[in-house]
Amino acid sequence: MSMANAFDVALVALLLAIAVWVVVARAAFSAIVVFIAYGLLVAIAWVRLFAVDVALTEAAIGSGLTGMLLLGAAARLRGTTASGRCGLTLRIVAAMFCAMISLGLGAVILTPPDVVVTLAPAAMANLPPSGLGNPVAGVLFVYRAFDTLLEKVVLLLALLGVWSLTPDRLWGGVPGPQVDAGPDGMLAFLAQLLPPLGIVVAVYMTWTGADHPGGAFQGGTVLAAMWIVVIIAGLQNAPSIDQRLVRFLVVVGPAIFLGIGLAGFALADGFLSYPAGYAKPLIIVVEVALTLSIGVTLGLVALGTPQRMRRQ
Amino acid sequence: MNAATLFGICGAALAGLGLFGLITNSEPLRKILAFNLLGTGTFLIFGVVARRGAAAGLGGDPVPQALVITGIVVAFSATAMAVVLLLRLFEESGKATLDPNEADGASTAEDDS
Amino acid sequence: MMPGLAVLTDASADGFLLPLAIILPVAGILSAFVLGGRHAERIVLLLLVPGLGVAAAVFVAVWRGGRSLVYLVGGWEPPLGIALRADGISAAMMATVAVVICATALFARGEFAQPHGRPEARAPFVFWTLLLAIWTALNTIVLGDDLFNLYVALELLTFAAVPLVSLKGNAATLKAALRYLLFALFGSVLYLLGTVLIYSAYGTLDIVLLSGRVHPEPVAWIAAALMTMGLLAKTALFPLHLWLPPAHAGAPAPGSAVLSALVVKGSFFLIVRLWFDAMPGLMDLAAAQMLGTLGSGAILFGSILALRQQRLKLLIAYSTIAQIGYLFFIFPLALGAATSNPWSGFAWTGGWLQLFSHAFAKAAMFMAAGLIAETLGHDRIAQFGGIGRVLPITMFTFGLAGLSLMGVPPSGGFVAKVLLLRASIMEGQWWWAAAMLVGGLLAGGYVFMVLGKAFSSASASFKICAPVPRSREVLPLALALCAVLLGFVPLQPSNLLQIGRTAALTVASP
Repeated sequence: MSMANAFDVALVALLLAIAVWVVVARAAFSAIVVFIAYGLLVAIAWVRLFAVDVALTEAAIGSGLTGMLLLGAAARLRGTTASGRCGLTLRIVAAMFCAMISLGLGAVILTPPDVVVTLAPAAMANLPPSGLGNPVAGVLFVYRAFDTLLEKVVLLLALLGVWSLTPDRLWGGVPGPQVDAGPDGMLAFLAQLLPPLGIVVAVYMTWTGADHPGGAFQGGTVLAAMWIVVIIAGLQNAPSIDQRLVRFLVVVGPAIFLGIGLAGFALADGFLSYPAGYAKPLIIVVEVALTLSIGVTLGLVALGTPQRMRRQ
Repeated sequence: MNAATLFGICGAALAGLGLFGLITNSEPLRKILAFNLLGTGTFLIFGVVARRGAAAGLGGDPVPQALVITGIVVAFSATAMAVVLLLRLFEESGKATLDPNEADGASTAEDDS
Repeated sequence: MMPGLAVLTDASADGFLLPLAIILPVAGILSAFVLGGRHAERIVLLLLVPGLGVAAAVFVAVWRGGRSLVYLVGGWEPPLGIALRADGISAAMMATVAVVICATALFARGEFAQPHGRPEARAPFVFWTLLLAIWTALNTIVLGDDLFNLYVALELLTFAAVPLVSLKGNAATLKAALRYLLFALFGSVLYLLGTVLIYSAYGTLDIVLLSGRVHPEPVAWIAAALMTMGLLAKTALFPLHLWLPPAHAGAPAPGSAVLSALVVKGSFFLIVRLWFDAMPGLMDLAAAQMLGTLGSGAILFGSILALRQQRLKLLIAYSTIAQIGYLFFIFPLALGAATSNPWSGFAWTGGWLQLFSHAFAKAAMFMAAGLIAETLGHDRIAQFGGIGRVLPITMFTFGLAGLSLMGVPPSGGFVAKVLLLRASIMEGQWWWAAAMLVGGLLAGGYVFMVLGKAFSSASASFKICAPVPRSREVLPLALALCAVLLGFVPLQPSNLLQIGRTAALTVASP
């Protein structure tokens, strides 16, 4: 027990130290590099909180993809003059305000209610009819499937928002950097070695998500990461944004999800409910389609706006 | 103090730090970073709530855990959109700041074409 | 267990309309994205009639039935599942949203028509898809009964609105969009923090269940404060309004119409849901008075700044800030009423009528401004001389919409403000009345400033950049007439707007 506590205390201390550094560091680049480490430490904290699905998602999306995005931005913005710090009065007022909020939150944490109201028993009790073994998957795809569907639409909107910032002359072009990495370089080697492994991991994570930690989001993110590695190494060109196939892949996940949800009107209790006995196969179909869509969408979001037109 | 409470306090502190960074940092990229700090702090608090709801043989209440997964994806989408906006702003104007010194839009004759 | 809860979670027979209202635009978004190009516009136009139809059906069903429609998504009851609920204000909001979006879509055909035979262009494709996304998000906000579902809907609304602001792509709009996004993210994450605290204390995020479980205690106060602050940032209430003028002025005209008329009202709707439905009886008089004070500040500040603007779109944007202030009088007047049943109070009806008539009027105004800017090539008010003769219908529309903003009969704005004035005087809170009267005078100031310039004689340098067909002037006029039609609503509390209120109140009482 004391060993575990020492580890947790060390983890928390490190997290707070990094957070302070991220806020006060002068150079954005160092703050972001440290932030990536922070993300991985937060993922470990999630494991300590017995939420492995969340740990996987945080490591993949919260630390990995976010860090990549921010690092790329810092690299392109390097050298811009750092604007002046804001006035002392604002900083003092903000510090007091934030301290108040932190103290309020801390007080709430330190005074939990006597009777903890939890939905874990209800979630577990209703799981067997759906055939799933992972209660988090149950929440995501059975009880609160509507949230998941809307969230897919949010992701699509983010992609559209990113694309909407394309200069008009580059519409229909190819996103991502133009890379001249040599075919014998380290990057090319990595891009040949990693993707097969990554794809196997992604498929496994999606497949096993029905019964164990994992699922469409985690698997899809790994797929996206492998795709990005291949593109950055120059082994493959990014697709242009007006290609039908690309648009179709982005949409196929939410479309199948919506379609199965609509079928619930006729075949089951209503929108987003599954016919008895068919829940697990249908959910797996949805998860596979979503993995594909999430992989393509996240990859395209990470690649950014088109930078050049496709070579005819 | 058990592990969950410790992480909860950590989350509260992270949320405060992130909020401070979001309000006071003047560079948009640092604001985005601080927003991510605030987000992870919020999610950690949610995770503590989940851990405290451990029952029925589970390590934690699965509902908050699923909500956090949704939240992480949404936060990433937000970061992506903000970063791309910032980069485009830098490309168009050569500056990456949100200075409010000039009255936006009033300095140039805006037409509606 | 509360006996009332069983009634509230019973699904209604025609509850299927509620998810349909959300499914239709989502299906539209997916098809538009994959089909792209010219098809995006066609898909939107195709969905206008069904969307209007569903909104009308919900409106009629709630009005006739006299009770809220409820739908349990997936068949799961809260707290495990998510419910959709349409009460009186939801039905009215859905109808307003549908009408404004239809008008905007038809109006935008002039600007965002996809040229034949050309490859897909960026701005039309993005605009039409974003319009559907805004419709989806607003319907979800208005029908949602689960706090986290509402969070996702809020994010959807933000992601749909921000690219609208930066659609033109120049540096000023990019900056405005980034500032908007940062404010909106600040708001969303504070809202999420509050949601986390509520779940930690009460174990559910369903609004109806919460109304029975929430007690006045520190957790609830902190959560409510955080959520309110976040939603205020998204509603651009003074002093968190800095992002709104450049954002709404920089968007293309149909975009500005939707942003000012609808998007900004989505987060306001949630503030009302929070205080009146999720946590009734929690807020004390002081907090309500503070919201009212901020509202008055918004009215005065926004109106005075509007008077000082030189560009028409910025003037209209500052006018939005001012008119939003009126909405916040609902809190001190309907929450703190002396009678035990505030729902029948005038303030409730007045506040909502203000929202609906402002939606119609502001959309009409922004469209009119768009037509003026297209014709002249600029929107500098000082050089409007002579435009009155070229665009008489448009200036008439502007004037009609201005009636609502000023609170002059016949207009919905007049009825709204009279109801609010009556409520404030009946309850002895006469200071809100003073703010409203001053606001009305100032609104008159800036409306007549524009009209006066427009009908003055043309200067020598007046030239028409691109003439606008008369047919396009009709749509803003139709919207302004909707605002005027609302003026024929009887000057008393509305029954429709109170459907669903008493049920929640019954659950809340011990």
